Amino acid sequence: MELKIKPVGDEALVAEFGNIIDEKINMRVHEMSEWLDGQHIKGVKELLPTFRSLMIFYSPDEIGYGELKKRLKKFKPDERKENEENKKVLLVPCCYGRDYGPDLSGMAKELSLTEEEIIALHCEKEYKIYMLGFLPGFVYLGGLDKRICIPRLETPRVSIPARSVGIGGDQTGVYPISSPGGWRLIGSTPLEFYDPRRSEPSLCKAGEYIRFVPVNKYEYEVIRKDVIEGTYKMEIVRG
Amino acid sequence: MGMEIINPGPLTTVQDLGRFGYMNVGIGTSGVMDRQAYKIANELVGNADGEAVLEATLMGPEIEFTSDAVIAVTGADMKPGIDGYSIENYKAVRIVRGQRLKLGLAVSGCRAYIAVRGGIDVEKVMGSRSTNLKCGIGGFEGRNLRIGDLLKIGESTELSNSELEKFNSKNYRGLEWNGNMTVRVIEGPQGDYFTEEGLKNFYSMEYKISPESDRMGIRLSGAKVESYNGTDIVSDGIAFGSVQIPSSGQPIVLMADHQTTGGYAKVATVVSEDLSLLAQARPGDLVHFEKVDIGDIQKKKSFFGRLFKW
Repeated sequence: MELKIKPVGDEALVAEFGNIIDEKINMRVHEMSEWLDGQHIKGVKELLPTFRSLMIFYSPDEIGYGELKKRLKKFKPDERKENEENKKVLLVPCCYGRDYGPDLSGMAKELSLTEEEIIALHCEKEYKIYMLGFLPGFVYLGGLDKRICIPRLETPRVSIPARSVGIGGDQTGVYPISSPGGWRLIGSTPLEFYDPRRSEPSLCKAGEYIRFVPVNKYEYEVIRKDVIEGTYKMEIVRG
Repeated sequence: MGMEIINPGPLTTVQDLGRFGYMNVGIGTSGVMDRQAYKIANELVGNADGEAVLEATLMGPEIEFTSDAVIAVTGADMKPGIDGYSIENYKAVRIVRGQRLKLGLAVSGCRAYIAVRGGIDVEKVMGSRSTNLKCGIGGFEGRNLRIGDLLKIGESTELSNSELEKFNSKNYRGLEWNGNMTVRVIEGPQGDYFTEEGLKNFYSMEYKISPESDRMGIRLSGAKVESYNGTDIVSDGIAFGSVQIPSSGQPIVLMADHQTTGGYAKVATVVSEDLSLLAQARPGDLVHFEKVDIGDIQKKKSFFGRLFKW
């Protein structure tokens, strides 16, 4: 695992451990983030860990790219083990297809699968939350079944409704709020992944797991009503 | 101590330098689009760095002041006036209780900044007064201003005439826009995703600002920035100024309200100083990208450093 450091303009840089979704790479990213946090380097303003890289925002008047790069090269990774025993799996209801997931039927044709097969494959896995980003409360999940991977739309949609569940490349996730985006929309969840009125605005944290549970239109509406009234209790399974 | 919005214009928001430290849960920085015009506006009224101002887009607001104040208007030229008498851009001006400040349609540039001595006093959310429209937080109720909104002005000391003169004697000026700009960029972090032809296009051709541009991103149209094997990547971080290439090959420069992470390859990143130029770009304007080296850019102090002699 080689560490590559590249400039991102004159106020940020990226420390990259790879370009794929991989549990080990992701662990390294979080490890470096924690290490750097403890270094208290003057001029370092903000850290953004992602799947495979750590983005570092800095003030060029306090530290230059060359100097910061030198300091980062001192990072020595530790071999750490994933603690699988306390796995926390959040069950996320999802209503698939038709108005709830307008791209599902087209995707089925393109992949030569039935809609039911896509749904079954999507609900089968427990997806690890590798990072949050792109939008508030947006979770990036690893482990999508290869049979339902599909490229993003060529031109992103100008507006995707909040709570849409989508697939883009080898990733799946939920749009917490309405946003432009290029993922194929396969369903919709009644849960709020981001709510600024909650004490914890984001529904989940990096490191937890998610499993989608198919619900019909009626069940969706029942859960949605409870969520709006604040009485819905999320189902959590300990692994 | 306050101001009442008589007419907000199409998009006027409260902004400061931005909200830092929440990118890791997906909450972006937001903040002003043109940091240079913002800094000068605050400097002119003697505000501490980081006070909140109003950012108006393409057409300015009309505001009635409910107390005496010192103001400065910078950025795009929206022909500001007080009770019908025009005032100069880039100058600190006194306004008296009951008077109305009115900005019109931008005759050059796109975004104007209105600083008030004492700053716009809205509650800080996660350390910042910036409006994050996408998340609906910060600024005034997390949204753009509407008719009848009442904004508070922060406490400040009395400004003497000699101090006001001193601020104005610095003769700050805005950038010059003529609808055709050269914007410097640093290549990467995914420059190697693009073909020689694609990179040649990007660095030599003119790109036109699309009307779909906003605080989130400036969309461009022009010669295709061609990639070897598509531009989908495993999502990584985005900065203010990242130039993202979706599979259509048409660049999008991500601006103040950019998402924190994204899954399209980024051919280059705009140098911080030149983001002010893009912030003032109007639909139809032409942009040409010039490749520069990170070492050369950082040899000099940053533009804020030079501007205020840090």
